[in-house]
Amino acid sequence: MALNRRQLLGTAAAAAAMTQVPRAYAQSDSIVVSSIYDQSGGLDVYGKPVADLVRFAVAEQNAKGGLLGKEIVLKEYDPQSNNQLYAQFAKRTALADKPAAVFAGITSSSREVVRPILRQAKTLYFYTTQYEGGVCDRNIFCTGVTPAQTVQKLVNHTMAKTGKKAYIVAADYNYGQITADWVKKFTLDNGGEVLNTEFFPLDVADFGSSISKIQAANPDFVYSALVGGAHMSFYRQWKAAGMLGKIQLSSTTFAGGNEHIALPAEEYNGHWICQNYLQELPGERNKKLVADFHKMFGEDYPYITELGMGAYQAFLLWAAAVEKAGTVDRMAVIEALETGISVDAPSGRVTVDPATHHTIVDVHVSEARDKQLNLIEKFEQQPPADTSAVCDLINNPDDNQQYVIEL
Amino acid sequence: MDFASILAIEILGSIAILVLISIGLAVVFGMMKVINMAHGEFIMLGGYVTIFGTTHAGLNIWFCILVLSPLIVGLVGLVLEWLVVRHLYGRMIDTMLATWGLSLAIVGLMTMLVGNTTTGISTPLPSVAIGKFSTSGHVFFLIALATFVIIALACLFKFTTFGLTARATTQDANMVANLGGNPRRIYAVTFGLGAALAGLGGGALAPIIGVIPTIGITYIAKAFITVISGGATVIAGNLAATSLFGTINQLFTYWYTPIIGEVALLVCAVILIRLLPQGITGRFFKGTI
Repeated sequence: MALNRRQLLGTAAAAAAMTQVPRAYAQSDSIVVSSIYDQSGGLDVYGKPVADLVRFAVAEQNAKGGLLGKEIVLKEYDPQSNNQLYAQFAKRTALADKPAAVFAGITSSSREVVRPILRQAKTLYFYTTQYEGGVCDRNIFCTGVTPAQTVQKLVNHTMAKTGKKAYIVAADYNYGQITADWVKKFTLDNGGEVLNTEFFPLDVADFGSSISKIQAANPDFVYSALVGGAHMSFYRQWKAAGMLGKIQLSSTTFAGGNEHIALPAEEYNGHWICQNYLQELPGERNKKLVADFHKMFGEDYPYITELGMGAYQAFLLWAAAVEKAGTVDRMAVIEALETGISVDAPSGRVTVDPATHHTIVDVHVSEARDKQLNLIEKFEQQPPADTSAVCDLINNPDDNQQYVIEL
Repeated sequence: MDFASILAIEILGSIAILVLISIGLAVVFGMMKVINMAHGEFIMLGGYVTIFGTTHAGLNIWFCILVLSPLIVGLVGLVLEWLVVRHLYGRMIDTMLATWGLSLAIVGLMTMLVGNTTTGISTPLPSVAIGKFSTSGHVFFLIALATFVIIALACLFKFTTFGLTARATTQDANMVANLGGNPRRIYAVTFGLGAALAGLGGGALAPIIGVIPTIGITYIAKAFITVISGGATVIAGNLAATSLFGTINQLFTYWYTPIIGEVALLVCAVILIRLLPQGITGRFFKGTI
């Protein structure tokens, strides 16, 4: 390609101008973080509380004087429950905003869209939703609980109180399938049997004959890994068929989408669930969080969800790591997180597991009653045993995949 | 034996649900050849009318389901017919696009007004025990309501002047106009009737499903499949298609899994349309209504 003198000068000037931009940015007094969560579309019941909790976390940190003496600026994106928009926004924020960290993704599929983009753009990524486990990538930290942390506790609790025969109903996609596998494993490990496992496509809303089938099988308890709005009908039809109180129902997904707020209490009272976080948890740390959060978003805020808390705790871990590293530089922060950093969070102690980049957390078995989740039993410091069985980023730091965990 | 009867009730219940979600669409499509893409949203509106009528206005739930939901959604249908649909008669693709636009607008509007969260009310009916099984009393209500709707519609089309004029209008609108009828009015009332039936369906389903502005999508596909498979004859076609699909769906769900149940329904519909492109009533039950 031949260039004349004028073109060469023009190109050189443009190149010089471009190199100026990031330098000007780096000198500014703010740190940028991005959040990409569905605040509209079908997943917004999950995404809105998460986006609000990130907003709250940033405001809280700024009120304490920011990080490293700099103000934190939050860039928010709403992908509208659409994975194409996740790709678009992840690229845009990584290139245009140059954030120190990105908090993004409700579904696993959205995470698998965002993860390679941010890895390539060398941008630190926090995935904060409870999910099926197995992600192994040094650029990502997964702060939501995985099945090994919650399912086992709930299965054991339920079997001790009811009996050995389980019946599993689950959503028909990878989260539901994998969770059902774990329920089966823990039931068998505990000396029980699984009478049947039924999967439901996400748009099925008529559960009549399935409930009859459950009655015919007559299990001691039903374990639900149903997800989303259509599946909420299951709980209603369960009550309408007179099954509530006759056969115990346990679930690690009930309440994740505010089912206990949306449904009338008499339709679900007595379901057992297991989560990392409950808004009702005792302790000063949580009381203060709930009070401050309500000050910002109003007393009538529906519920501070498990998913929202995952994002809040991810932010706390990131902030602690930045303080420790003294910089927002990606590798320095990752190394600081990999020291097994821990924070005192509203759900209890939250610690990064260096080998998996998942978290070690307290989990709580509780009973849903009258729009509240009442604590029954607390299990301290549960490791992400499922992901640790397959993922070791200490010995294999270049690993980059989501393992399907063989049971 | 207990199980056989409970299964039979579930199958009847499933047929009743299909009837309630698709009969309004069948009336509009069968009588007017208008494909109403906003039908699912009419169902959703019916659900919301019943929910807000009972929880906010404190009205009796049966009054809300049986009177308020069909009335209000029927009025919405009349207004939309007057504003949009009446300008597009005879232009099938344009009507589809326009009603699809309406459906998006209604979903957007309801999301703005009530938020995108699932709401619901519980059924006041107790569960019914059959041997060691029990099932929702609401299923019996749905079966009774669907039966009533079918009989009432048949009487309406067969024994009233409106029904006669409406059937004549479907055959030859110009001739009806020549004889002093008013096809425009017939179309408007028919569209309103279709909307009212959708509203009734939404209201009746509200106690067993979670209502959310996007719930229409869950039902619209099944309603369309039922109507297309049934063919142009409104009541006979609808009854034939819903009975077939409801039975197949529930039996396969029972024998295998819910996924196979859905697949069986769709495979059955595909085969049916391939063999009977005019729908079931294109070949059988000719001359019925």
